[in-house]
Parts: sequence; C-alpha cells; structure tokens
Amino acid sequence: MYSKQSFKWKAVWCCWLLLATIPATAQTDIDGLMMDKNFFCVGATAGKSSWKNYWEGTLKRDNPNLGTVSNTNAMLMGVYGITDKLNVLFGLPYIKTKASAGNMAGQKGLQDLSLFVKWQAYEKHLGNGHLKAIATAGYSLPTSNYAPDMLPLSIGLSSQNLTLRLLADYQWNNWFATASASYVYRSNVTLNRNTYYTTEMHYSNKVEMPNASQFNIRAGYRSSTWIIEAIADRWNTLGGFDITRNNMPFVSNNMEATSVGLHVKYDTDFVNGLSFVADANTVVAGRNVGQSTGFSGGIFYIFDFSKKKPAAPAVASPSQNK
Amino acid sequence: MKKIGILIIILGSLAVLSACSKDITEDNTVYPAISPIRPDANAGTWKPILLTAANEFGCPTPIATTSPDYVVQLNEIKSFQAELSNEEKALVNYWGAGAVCRWNEIMRNLVAKHNLPPVNNADGSYPIPSANNPLAYPTFPFSNPPYAARAYAYLSAAQYDACIAAYFYKQQFNRVAPFTVDANIQTLLPKSTLPSYPSEDATILGASVEILKLMFPGDQDYINQKAEEHKRARLIAGANVRSDLDAGEALGKQIAAKFVARARNDRAGAAVGTPAIWSQMEQDAIGRGETPWISQETPKRPGMLPLFGRVRTWLFDSAVLVNVVRPAAPPSTNSPQFKAETEEVYNVKKNLTAKEKSIAIFWSDGVGTYTPPGHWNYIAATEFAQLGFSEARWARNMALLNMSIMDAGIACWDAKYFYYNPRPMQMDPRIKTDIGLPNFPSYISGHSTFSGAAATVLGYIVPSRAQQFNAWATEASMSRMYGAIHYRSDCEVGIVTGNKVGNFAVNRGHTDGAE
Repeated sequence: MYSKQSFKWKAVWCCWLLLATIPATAQTDIDGLMMDKNFFCVGATAGKSSWKNYWEGTLKRDNPNLGTVSNTNAMLMGVYGITDKLNVLFGLPYIKTKASAGNMAGQKGLQDLSLFVKWQAYEKHLGNGHLKAIATAGYSLPTSNYAPDMLPLSIGLSSQNLTLRLLADYQWNNWFATASASYVYRSNVTLNRNTYYTTEMHYSNKVEMPNASQFNIRAGYRSSTWIIEAIADRWNTLGGFDITRNNMPFVSNNMEATSVGLHVKYDTDFVNGLSFVADANTVVAGRNVGQSTGFSGGIFYIFDFSKKKPAAPAVASPSQNK
Repeated sequence: MKKIGILIIILGSLAVLSACSKDITEDNTVYPAISPIRPDANAGTWKPILLTAANEFGCPTPIATTSPDYVVQLNEIKSFQAELSNEEKALVNYWGAGAVCRWNEIMRNLVAKHNLPPVNNADGSYPIPSANNPLAYPTFPFSNPPYAARAYAYLSAAQYDACIAAYFYKQQFNRVAPFTVDANIQTLLPKSTLPSYPSEDATILGASVEILKLMFPGDQDYINQKAEEHKRARLIAGANVRSDLDAGEALGKQIAAKFVARARNDRAGAAVGTPAIWSQMEQDAIGRGETPWISQETPKRPGMLPLFGRVRTWLFDSAVLVNVVRPAAPPSTNSPQFKAETEEVYNVKKNLTAKEKSIAIFWSDGVGTYTPPGHWNYIAATEFAQLGFSEARWARNMALLNMSIMDAGIACWDAKYFYYNPRPMQMDPRIKTDIGLPNFPSYISGHSTFSGAAATVLGYIVPSRAQQFNAWATEASMSRMYGAIHYRSDCEVGIVTGNKVGNFAVNRGHTDGAE
C-alpha cells in the first residue's frame, strides 16, 4: 500500500469555465504538476458562471432582453501517468445556458472533448528551489452537434482546437509560481446557415476562426495537504471583429478576456487519494465577451495501477486505501 | 530517445498546423460569366415598369468607330490589357457574372450591415434613424425585412427599366463592340452578340448606384467604389469602350430618378407612424374583443413599421390589397382553436428535433442578415447563374421577383397591423425561442408571405424547379413554428397570401413581352 505522501502534488483539478466561448480549462493541463507513472486520477466538477454586463466591442453594457446569462456546467476529467514525466489528460463538459430575461431559450448539451499530452521536459534544482519546464499539446472537438450560431446562449463555438503550451514552474519550500503561454489553433466552424455577415457578406456555411493565445500566471502555497493559489489569465483571439452596435455576438468575434481567480485544493486525511477542489474567478477586462463571474467545486480520486500494487488493478475502494 | 520522439510529435503537429489552410471558397465567387443562350436582342420592346416607353429618356448618338476619339478609347482598353494583374483578372471574373447579379449582391451586403435595431434611449424610448443624418447613431437605415423588401424592389425595378432602355438604344444605334472593331482587343469574357452602345452593364450600374444611395445614404463611398470597379472591369475585359459606359451610366441615372421620385412618395417615409396611431391600433383590437399584440422587448419597443401596409404596391392597387389580398381574420384570441394553436407552439418547441432546430436557424434570417427577401434573392441569383440568362432576362426576372416580395411584405404588414394579433410567448410565457422574437404582431407570418410570393414567381421563371421552390417556401414557413414565434395559422395563411401576391407578378410576366 502507498502512503498519503505519495499523492503529494499529484493533481490539481478544477473546471475553469469562464464562458462557453472560451475553452474549458482543467487546471491539470495548465499547472506545474505531474501524475506519477501508472496512477490515474479522475474526478468531476460542477460550477456556475454568469454575467449581466458584457462588452459589445469595447463598449460595456447590459441587455434587459437577456438579463443575466448563466452557464451551469459539469465536467468529467481524468489524467493518467504513462511515466512520471509524461501524462495524458481528458476533459468533457456538459453545459446548460440560460437567460434570466427576454424570449431567448437556453441551450444545453455535451460540449467539447479535450485530450492533452503533458510532458515534463526539464527539471532542475535552482537556488533553494526546484524548476520545471513542461510542454503540453492538446486537441479538442465537439461531441454533439450543438449550434454555435446562437450566441450568447450557444454552449460553445464548435471549432476543433489544437493547443500548444509551454509552462515553467518554480517551487521554493511550500511557495510556488507557474507561468504558461499557449497558442490555440482553431479550425473553421460550420454554421446551420449558408450565409453570414462579419464585416461583409459571406456566402458559405464555413466561418474562418481566428486563432488564439492564452497567458496564465498562478502563484501561492502548495503542500501535501493544501494548495491555495491566485490565478491571472489572459485569453485573446488573434484577429476577429467587434460586435457592432446592438448586434448579436458571432463565433469569429475578436474575443478577449482578462480574469483573476482563486483555486483551493484539499487532500483529505480520511481517505487517501481523495481530494476536493474549489474555484472562483471573475473577468476584469474584456472585449466581445461577458463579464463573467464563476464558482465551481469538485471531487477527485486517485487510483493506483502501479506494479508495486499486489492486487489486480481493480477499482480501489476507500477501505483498500487505508 | 523518448524525449526526442515527443519533440518530433510536437514539431510535427506544429507543421500540420501551419499547413492547415483555412481558405473558404464562397458560393457566390464561382458564378459563370454571362453567356446568354438567347441574347434577347428585342428586350427594348419589353413592357417597362415606370417608363412611359423605353426611349422616354434620350441617349446621344455615339461617335463613329472610325473617329479618332474612338481610337483613343480603344487604346485605353489596350493600356489596361497590356499588363494584367491577378487582382484585375479577378475583378473581370467577378463582374462577368452580370450587373444585375452583382448589384443585387451589393445591396444584400448593405441590408445585412444595417439590419440592426437601434438601442433604446436612457428614458426607455427608442430613437428613429434619420435619412438626413445617416452616419449618426442610430445609423440610417434600420434595414429590417419590410425596408429590405422595398430596397430590393426599387433596385430591381429600376435595373429592369434601365436595361430595356439600353437594349432599345443598342438596336437604334447598332454600334459594334470594341473587339469587333479592333482584332487586337482581347476579350476576357464571352463575346456579346449585341451592339455595345450604350452598355447595359453601365445603365444597370447607373440606376443601381442611385437606388443604393437613396436606400443607404451613409454608404456612398462603398457604392462609388463598386461602380468604379465595375466600369474598370468592363474596360479591362475589352467588352466596352469608355463612351459605351458613360452613355449607359447617364441613361441609367436618369431612369433611376423616376424610381427615386416614386420612392419619395410611396408612403414608406410615414411607415413608422405615431404614438397616436399605435395606440389606436391597440384600441381597435381591444374594441373587437381581442387580446392586442404587446411588444415583448424591454423596454417596450414600438412595433416595426406599423404603416408599411399602406405603402404603394407595384402589382395591384390598394383596393385589391384590402378586398382581394388581405387574409380573413385569424382565430379569435378567445377561441378554443387559438388556445389549441398556442399549445401546439409550446409542444413543438418542447419536443423540437435536431432537424427542426437546424431548419429554424437556417431560415431565421434575423438581425444582421440580408433578411428573408435577401435570402430569396440569393436563391434566385444562384439559380439564374446556371441558366444562361441575358442581362435583360436577369433584370426582368429579378424585377418580377422583388416587386412580388415587396407587395407580399405590404400585404403581410397590412394584415399584421389590421389584426394586431399577439405572439405565442405573449399568450404563454413558458414559450421561449431559439432564434429571436420579431417585434411586430403575429398574423400573418412574414417569412411565409415573402416565401409564398417568391416561390410562386421563381416557379414560373424556372418551372422545372417549382417543386423545390415550394418545398423551400414551406420549410421557411414552418421554421417559424419551430422557432416558437408563430402559430400554424400565421404560417399557412402567410403562404397562401404570398402565393396570391406572386400570381400578380406571374400575370405581369405573361404580358411584359419577355415570354
């Protein structure tokens, strides 16, 4: 049997859904932690984010015909350690949107499945601490034929995304800081109509999506029991156009969001491998997105499939872990 | 080794990314160049719409092809052709699809750009766009479906009259095309068998520019730029000399002035109405014992163009509109049938299939689009481009189509504000829509009426496709029930009313000399 200590910093999870228009980010693909070989962490989060004000281009406004637009979500996630330095990850959110006022119907459905490979490329003692460099490659695709063309109530944008991310993590005693930069290639999107207007008419059901960049900085306290970190994030599409006055949002808008958040993870004492997470975040600046504030919580469990485990790799029950 | 392998995977995926092309070939870029199966050389004898005769406006006698000035004009073409850029070739191909085709497309672009309802003022009232100050917010126009229907109709009707005038003078002057005069002129488009003076492209251009500036006065830069491109494309293509274009454009502008004068007096300017009129409409409905329509927007927005139903029609007069075209009253808001139809909308939305939802979205043609009239113009253009029509036949068919669509809009708006019937979600707040709720009374459905008229006219023009057009019209009509914003009666009666209006255009087609 393994000790609780072996789970130290194994995984941090949370669903970090700002808006349906910005990809869901599981913490694990953007943090500086790796899962050990043959360990499998799986969990689920549930959360809700909402906004009343949004940016129509650079103009901040509300809309009494939408009221508050909310996004209730549940996400299933997992990470598996192929080796100590190579992890594979997946995430799949279910999303339900709703407008508190007006006539627009909310939308719901399974959104995009994301698959990531995370590779710890470099590790070194530096000063009194420990430096890691991690590279991540991800791919996501829609798992249902939801309509992307119903913003702001669409559950997603339906592009297939390829994400490449470079990340540096430095830990000194129980304090740490992580910084990452990502480039997101977004495929063309197919609409349920054969023409659309951006800054001119287009006679096609295909929309060219601007690619996007993401910068993420997180820092805080990390021990075997607690992780408490503050997060700053910047999402920026590399192109796209502004929503015109009183128009509807569109999939290929120029979407920017700067957000700040707090993430807490607690590894339980009473069940080895069981952890809880809680998250809060809010958009502080944006363009063509809602000024969203969200909360989520989740539960995770780590299964040990390593060879040192005598029994067959059946589902480990809490009692077995003791 | 493993690290190297992963590095290769990452670099490989980067390479795949950079190789992934996002290029989209748009459907309107592949229209073939005009190459008429029938040249319609006699189009100068077709019946005009507003002109008293094809030669109501004069056209100066052209200079001879042997004159020194003409040689100068030939040399202008040659200097264009001496060094052709890819951009210039693309321009020729674009405009080669035809003047009616492309100017119709330009109007669709402007309709979509301006199809945005103004934001309310701080006091809850709504500002009204002003043609005299088109660039100040709210920019003019708000090109909603009735506005768009009227814009397309004036454009197409003016293009048609301009076109038959051009064909008339072509026969009268019989000046041959530059490529016939000088074998050294290349032709980058199929050679027209018609005389080239005056250019029908230019008369259509001249007429189109004037109508577009009337309808979209804040977009004159864009419109002028398109006109310059069009003329340049004709010269580069070796299809016209400068004097063909100048004479044609001048003629087209004169003809358009007649349409502009009609537009200024067709009562559309008063279609917004006044608070007293809006209130009277509501009181009239209450007086009949009905639940009146109430705006479901916050703050409550005055209904869209309540007096559009009184705008001057093209194909019949106001007595026919009221006595023949206007549909019978909808089911009373107190009747069991009305309650059943409201319940039906709720159930349709509740049990909506993925296919029905995609139909609702496909036909929604709401805010920021070219509107349902624009959708039918696009359908028509796509069909016509494959049929080898002459420019004159394009003009005639688009005119029939768009006069019927505008009259259908008038008939529809007449019914909407005469009956002042509430929308389903006003009667049952459980009902929500996937596509947005238009801000005007329910009965009859605009989509259905526009589509009923358009399908009837297009089926007359292309009989082999009539079944398809009717199927699309039915789908567009039903899309409004799937969107939970119309009752079945609105949709069904809308189609019938649209068909009725369409038949007036078909009857005109039988007698305009083009058959």
